[in-house]
Amino acid sequence: MAKRFVSIWFRHLTTDWFTIGQPHLKKLPFVLRANSRGRMVITAANAEAESKGIRSGMVLADARAIITTLEVQDDKPDLIERLLKRLAEWCIRFTPFVAIDPPDGLLFDVTGCPHLWGGDVPYLEEIVKKLSGRGYDVRAAMADTVGTAWAVARFGRAPLVVAKGQHIEALLPLPPESLRLEVDAVERLHKLGLHRIGQFINMPRASLRRRFGPHFILRLDMALGQAEEMIEPVQPIVPYQERLPCMEPIVTGPGIEIALQQLLETLCLRLRQEQKGLRTAVFMGYRVDGKVEKVDIATNRPSHSVRHLFKLFEIKLPTIEPALGIELFVLEAPKVEDHFAQQEKMWEGSGGLEDTRVSELIDRLTGKLGMHTIRRYVPDEHYWPERSFKLATSLHEKPATLWRADKLRPLQLLSTPERIEVTAPIPDYPPMLFRHNGKIHKIVKADGPERIEQEWWLQQGQHRDYYRVEDEAGHRYWLFRLGHYDDKTYQWFIHGFFA
Amino acid sequence: MSLTHLKLMVPLNKADAFAALQMDILRLQGFKSSKGSAVDVGLGPILHAFPKATFPVGAVHEFLASQCEEAAATSGFVAGLLSALMGPFGTALWISASRTLFPPALKTFGIQPDRFVFVDLQKEKDVLWAMDEALKCGALTAVVGEVHDISFKASRRLQLAVEQSQVTGFVLRNNARKPGTTACVSRWQITPLPSDPVDDLPGVGFPQWKVELLRIRNGKPGVWDLQWTNGRFQQVYKPHSVSHEQSKKVG
Repeated sequence: MAKRFVSIWFRHLTTDWFTIGQPHLKKLPFVLRANSRGRMVITAANAEAESKGIRSGMVLADARAIITTLEVQDDKPDLIERLLKRLAEWCIRFTPFVAIDPPDGLLFDVTGCPHLWGGDVPYLEEIVKKLSGRGYDVRAAMADTVGTAWAVARFGRAPLVVAKGQHIEALLPLPPESLRLEVDAVERLHKLGLHRIGQFINMPRASLRRRFGPHFILRLDMALGQAEEMIEPVQPIVPYQERLPCMEPIVTGPGIEIALQQLLETLCLRLRQEQKGLRTAVFMGYRVDGKVEKVDIATNRPSHSVRHLFKLFEIKLPTIEPALGIELFVLEAPKVEDHFAQQEKMWEGSGGLEDTRVSELIDRLTGKLGMHTIRRYVPDEHYWPERSFKLATSLHEKPATLWRADKLRPLQLLSTPERIEVTAPIPDYPPMLFRHNGKIHKIVKADGPERIEQEWWLQQGQHRDYYRVEDEAGHRYWLFRLGHYDDKTYQWFIHGFFA
Repeated sequence: MSLTHLKLMVPLNKADAFAALQMDILRLQGFKSSKGSAVDVGLGPILHAFPKATFPVGAVHEFLASQCEEAAATSGFVAGLLSALMGPFGTALWISASRTLFPPALKTFGIQPDRFVFVDLQKEKDVLWAMDEALKCGALTAVVGEVHDISFKASRRLQLAVEQSQVTGFVLRNNARKPGTTACVSRWQITPLPSDPVDDLPGVGFPQWKVELLRIRNGKPGVWDLQWTNGRFQQVYKPHSVSHEQSKKVG
């Protein structure tokens, strides 16, 4: 498909921005100033000031000599970059591929977009109208190459839409500055009397290269479409993305749900056809006031089920603030994995961890309660009770070793052992009685000790001698003594409750 | 439908009519007729306390416990039931806001701890929400939730969820402020009992509990003494007397 590009030129980007905030500046000659090597220099002038002969780069004092009533304000550093970035993001409504073209422009790759607005001319008109409506003085042009669009936007005459395949003709009457050349190359061209591109475009390449250098040839080729020009979009293009512009701004919950449902249906249909499933998805609503509302979900296994994904989003939809209304909905799937339908059928209904319904449930739980709340354990090869199991990384991780059942372990384990007072015959008899939480338990039966050593390569400390004891009431406990009985520093703890 | 049913049944015989009506009531109360897939949970004589002498799956059971020791006994009894319900491939969820369950110990009750998914939450309200959500998922075998208090309305929600999905729910109520009324199918209280010595050897024997079935819909409540021996429940008949002599195994 032949590419189409739009170049947008903001003629007074920064002054327009100041004028939007302070409308009274519109009719006044108005400049921005910045300190440069101890002098106040004009960095931007509005149309009114420019008509009086004031240019950016002038010393402020000179400008004041021309117009005594000149309105002056301080320029802000980085203002141009910030403005361009914001405008570029806003312009994503016209095409997903918007790039910043410093110092005063934007570039769109509009391949395949204009027909949605009814053709090239209405499309370009709409762009100019929307941007002018925001208060910016813009010129925009459309052509087959970035170079031509750029040149026509800045130097061309109407019509600013260059028809397909006509870009070379459009370039012929333009001055050499329009090729984005280096300053001395332009000067040299003018010195040679080459004031129009048409005058040198057919000269032999070899001699042009010798006189003006390789950069000149590259720019010329870019404008002519013989060299590829890469432009970098402000937002990386997500290959799985669906958009839904709205005729009227949406402000109600049901409206948002309908939009989400429609987007999910189109996206999932595409995913199914390509045998893919999404792992993460972002649903965005572009509000009328320029803000973006966003909710995201993640799934445990690739999914293209509209019903399931809608349920995941449904939990989070109430966080969307439509405010004055949402005019564009976008659904993106940044992370997509292979997902084969047959595979799903095989696990369906097996009722185990592999069942899709289980992972869908886990998705819903994590969606509302957070990723960290779901835990599954697999055995770890440690005797130390707190380390005898570890978190599984996924729902499908199989235990690498068997769960040990040869040593009895309590069903309820205190997260930190609690101190108890005991009466115990030495050297290693179980206690006769112990006091826990102010209650005295007389021990009737006991098993032990089971000594568990610290794993010195992991942690330093004393060993534990565990006893399984039962008191008069039939309650069963897991007690341990920390340290050797002959150390005199040993302590007794309760660690768990047996069933 | 039930009216025509009734008309048909009346001429036959009174006992049959009663039985048929009882079946209707059970069905209306959410007991699905388990089509030959009744799971043997190994409760032996206790089964006769249940309607149709089968352990009600696809229902929510409630367990009361007042202290940590009882909570341990309750989780042991529930784990014993779960091991039968889950079989080798089942999956269960354990939802709690204050979990002290030690996963490796489940192995003692014949459950692979990795078949459990634990959901550890901050608030009790979230536990109920998660239970409601999980009980709707038919791929699970059971859902265990630890909450202190559950309102009638919340328990009704859970009951409605399981009637659809046939998942079995267990609500473990530790330190419940007041038992109250719930829509759960049964209410149990498990208290630990002193263990019997094994082969007259000193030391702690198999876990033994007093299993009280306080309430069971359409069944007969009762009290039993059970012991968990070699991977199954075993009923114990003995006079309730505790031997006070010290019997210790020290090694």
